Amino acid sequence: MNTLLGRLTPWIAGAAVLIALPHVFTSGFALTLMSQIGLLIVFALAYNMLLGQGGMLSFGHAVYFGLAGYFTIHYLNFIYEEQVPYIPVTLIPLLGGLVGLFFGILIGYVSTRRAGTTFAMISLGFGEMVTALTLVLVAIFNGEDGIQTDRVLGEELFGITYGPNIEVYYLIAGWCLVCTLAMFLLTRTPFGRISNAVRDNPERVEFIGYSSQRIRWLAFSLSSFFAGIAGALHAVNIEHVGFEQVSVIQSGLVLFMVYIGGTASFVGPIIGATLLYFLQSTLTGVTEAWVLYLGVLFVGVIMFFPGGLAGLISMHQPIWRARARLLAPLLVPYSRFLAALIVCVLGCIGLIEMLYFRSSRLSTETELVIYGVESDPFSAGPWLIFAAAAALGAFAIRKTYPGAVSAWNTAIADARARPLG
Amino acid sequence: MESIIFAVFNGVLYGMLLFLLASGLTLIFSMMGVLNFAHASFFMLGAYFAYQISEGLNFWAALFIAPVIVGLVGAGIERWGLRPVHRYGHVAELLFTFGVAYVIEELVQMIWGRVPVPYEIPELMSGALFTWQGFDYSIYRVFMLVVSVAIFVALFALLTYTRIGLIIRAAVSDPVHVATLGHDIPRIFMWTFGFGCALAGVAGVVGGNVLGTEPAMAIQLGPIVFVVIVIGGLGSLGGALVAALLIGIVTRLAIFYDYGLGSLFLSLGLEIDTAGLLRDFTRITTAQVAPVLPYLMLVLMLIFKPRGLFGTRDV
Repeated sequence: MNTLLGRLTPWIAGAAVLIALPHVFTSGFALTLMSQIGLLIVFALAYNMLLGQGGMLSFGHAVYFGLAGYFTIHYLNFIYEEQVPYIPVTLIPLLGGLVGLFFGILIGYVSTRRAGTTFAMISLGFGEMVTALTLVLVAIFNGEDGIQTDRVLGEELFGITYGPNIEVYYLIAGWCLVCTLAMFLLTRTPFGRISNAVRDNPERVEFIGYSSQRIRWLAFSLSSFFAGIAGALHAVNIEHVGFEQVSVIQSGLVLFMVYIGGTASFVGPIIGATLLYFLQSTLTGVTEAWVLYLGVLFVGVIMFFPGGLAGLISMHQPIWRARARLLAPLLVPYSRFLAALIVCVLGCIGLIEMLYFRSSRLSTETELVIYGVESDPFSAGPWLIFAAAAALGAFAIRKTYPGAVSAWNTAIADARARPLG
Repeated sequence: MESIIFAVFNGVLYGMLLFLLASGLTLIFSMMGVLNFAHASFFMLGAYFAYQISEGLNFWAALFIAPVIVGLVGAGIERWGLRPVHRYGHVAELLFTFGVAYVIEELVQMIWGRVPVPYEIPELMSGALFTWQGFDYSIYRVFMLVVSVAIFVALFALLTYTRIGLIIRAAVSDPVHVATLGHDIPRIFMWTFGFGCALAGVAGVVGGNVLGTEPAMAIQLGPIVFVVIVIGGLGSLGGALVAALLIGIVTRLAIFYDYGLGSLFLSLGLEIDTAGLLRDFTRITTAQVAPVLPYLMLVLMLIFKPRGLFGTRDV
């Protein structure tokens, strides 16, 4: 009983947080942001069923997300025209999931014969094909404009109409919780385990009598199902779907979220989706260079922290479990390294912003403000300061990095020397 | 009839440009197992460098200098970026190049802005070489064809008849054995990568002024180049050539013959739907479908012949 309660605690806490969030952050911007993050978490977790758990790198998973979105919008419009049976908006995401599942089964059959590079290339091919089709089949996809709907169908249970954004937030939060739980439980089933085995060594899986292609196909279809749910939620939330939602841009974004968050752990995609979408929606208004920063962050994670953010956290779990006090000696070397990193990053950001300003400046009237200080990108002063900060930071990173690594090595060795408990 | 020849000629031209990109990509892939997602970005860099150099010097200097710089950039990215990632496996390498493609596109926008740059065809070659049956054949298009054919021949000769080519081909089929013979495999990888990028750079120099030098050019061309090497068969240069020409000619012919599916249905005696959601399928013309065709060919190829036209290994 105790263990069951212990297992349920994170889920109950998660539900409580989801219920409480709109009461803490009450602004309209925050509400839209949280709704969007909620459905992106579902999409990111679905994507990680492929990348992290199944070992399939897809460049076209937005196809299932976007097609479900298109279908949802059309279905809502058809309900207005009374051409199709009525389905309450609460259950519409399930319909989107089935659309995703349908296309997942169809396309998955062709594309899951191999994993790795081959799979990645085929997924890109399908992604490009569907994106090109959205611009060709105008009646269904309406080209670059996309299609729209009105999500308010009338009153449902308890007088919910999905008119106010808060009701849509709770719709998304509810589906997010249910889907997260379902995908988590899926990793604990024999299917989840054998999917991991196919990722690690498909040949051995064949030896014990499974078809690795079928396992991949099943994982692909299920992942498309959850991606479809996320796509339908997106359609209900925004009330619009355009070709961006099926394009490689959306596929790349979910890949970035999952990889930067960390593919090896279940919570990685949740961290990645939350952090990246938060950064995206706050930074796009401030800087033109957001995509560049995102790309550099992604490349940096691949080169230096392949485990992602969740990997960085779980690196310290054995130390913390053995004895929390062992984390104390890490504090000084870590903060030295972090300080060096921040100085370097701030310097580089200054340089990049000035370069962007010079190339895209529309008039001489506007002024560039970096870190609250007016910086003239046509005089030498700011360039020298930012270049010096970047160089100094880079030098300090080289100096402090070995210290941070050796501190971690000592701590982990100490932790392993102690018996658990 | 004359117009078909004209369309085919344009298709061959486009196909040879695709081949310049695909040859480097397939060389890198077959040797290192790395599918270079950023390959079209090097094509874009070639065009932008050529624009910058032809502003300062002239087109002919750009033709020789820009590919060299692109190759050096590529070799540098391999040495300090890709090589450390190598130990995490091919998927991590692929992801790395995907990230690099994003970064290059953004850097290009940062330096040259978001709008196309005026990279023009050199004045010397802007006129028509000859006029035949009412169609103008510009000197520059013929020049493009000559350059790409010359590079194909040079590449073929390099790989077949020289010692370096021998080592490269050996490293493609069995890197471990070549390493035990005393060759520095990481260095060969680095220069092959750089060389492949330089080929893409050449394509950028000669193609950038015709296709338009803008930040989106990499994303538009990149996926089609992948289609070319899959259809041709991974690791096969001859296959890449055939597939590139095939895609070039088919897409150009589709645009040229603006033939609607609706008329086909009508001639088959079928009734066509002109109002419902499916009306597009009858109204659509081949010119509109042209951008989808390469991907359709890719999917069909993967279903019926996963090795591609001339591939020796499964996709």
